[in-house]
Amino acid sequence: MRKWQCAVCGFIYDEAEGLPEEGIAPGTRWEDIPDDWTCPDCGASKDDFEMVPTD
Amino acid sequence: MEALSIEQARDYDHKRYLWPMGFGIILLIGALTSVGLYAGMTLFLFSAPLITYGVIPLMDWLIGKDSANPPEEALAALESDPYYRWLTYIYVGIELVFFAFLAYVVGTFQLSWLEWFGLTWTTGILTGVSINTAHELGHKKPRLERWLAMIALAPVAYGHFYVEHNKGHHRRVATPQDPASARMGESFWRFLPRTMVLSVASAWRIEKERLARKGKCAFSSDNEVLQAWAMTAVLWFALMAAFGTQLLPFLVLQAFLGASLLEAVNYVEHYGLLRRKMDNGRFERVQPAHSWNNDHIVTNVFLFHLQRHSDHHAHPTRRYQALRHFDDAPELPTGYAGMILLAYVPWLWFRVMDPRVVRHYRGDIRRANLQPGREEKLLARYPAADAAGEG
Ligand SMILES: [Zn+2]
Repeated sequence: MRKWQCAVCGFIYDEAEGLPEEGIAPGTRWEDIPDDWTCPDCGASKDDFEMVPTD
Repeated sequence: MEALSIEQARDYDHKRYLWPMGFGIILLIGALTSVGLYAGMTLFLFSAPLITYGVIPLMDWLIGKDSANPPEEALAALESDPYYRWLTYIYVGIELVFFAFLAYVVGTFQLSWLEWFGLTWTTGILTGVSINTAHELGHKKPRLERWLAMIALAPVAYGHFYVEHNKGHHRRVATPQDPASARMGESFWRFLPRTMVLSVASAWRIEKERLARKGKCAFSSDNEVLQAWAMTAVLWFALMAAFGTQLLPFLVLQAFLGASLLEAVNYVEHYGLLRRKMDNGRFERVQPAHSWNNDHIVTNVFLFHLQRHSDHHAHPTRRYQALRHFDDAPELPTGYAGMILLAYVPWLWFRVMDPRVVRHYRGDIRRANLQPGREEKLLARYPAADAAGEG
């Protein structure tokens, strides 16, 4: 499972955790998130995210 | 939809050959300032304020708008065209050279009080407008560009902006918690000290929390606010070592003037706009409706499309040439250059902008970002009752 970080505000999407409050189930891969989904914190688009190495 | 090549995409950028004016104007101001200096014409030393507050708003009015958008299939190619990013790199080089030249002149020439002030004001405009270029660069993913952003912010001592803008402003935009979003009924002169002080505090808190998560103390060499301020310290000390300590009042005043210019633009960008608070206590996602836009060509060229501000908040890492205009996003009557002039005169600003906020919220300003303490006055002036149920 990977993590994706918003390059603008630093919000992290963790595939293992998903975003249950937004209806994105734990384990949802980044590719399977809709293209029009935006950063919950700053509204940036999916393109504004980059993959982060997991610690 | 087939993606276009860089060559094909170029045709969709109507401003392609105008973008070099972003630094062209700095060269022009440099030339005018030199003429003023060596020919003894004091008026020319004021060329930056005269151009910013006079020529540009006038040219916006004369030349008008361009709302053409590149089609979806051209965006990726436009984005990757190196031409555009090179223009921003060149800008930073020119900024630094001109800044050093101005410091040399102020430090070593015999100047009258008026000449000193003209040069200081021109410097403030230079370093203030450069915050816009730093803003464009500071949003990009490559390290080089993030570094250039910090370097461009060094003369104006506003390096904390780099942190606060991305991680603070972009999250809290159009909420009462954002120091960089102006409220309806808040004059520019009240907004200025609020945003300046709280932005520093916010930047510091953001870095402190980020470093704490990594198990580091705030006073670490990884602190990007400290890194940016250190650049200013090095630059300012080097200039004072070279041209004398009498430069200090010049450095401080130009930094203040530069920062106030940026904050005037910030004041305009989100005035009165508010994101709805949802039942779970979070604010709704940032939408095009949360920024003021404008498509006047001249200011858009000099500010690298900053006025296509709704798209900027939707795609913050997107490069300026690929930003798009939205028909239904809030629109200002003229470019940011003209609007900041208006912002300096609060009664005029309120007369022009408050009715626009009212219209945007279909008469119900209870949905706007109101200045605390002025709600009653504003509601008496723009009663929401007749609008109830409509919005
Ligand atoms: Zn974000």
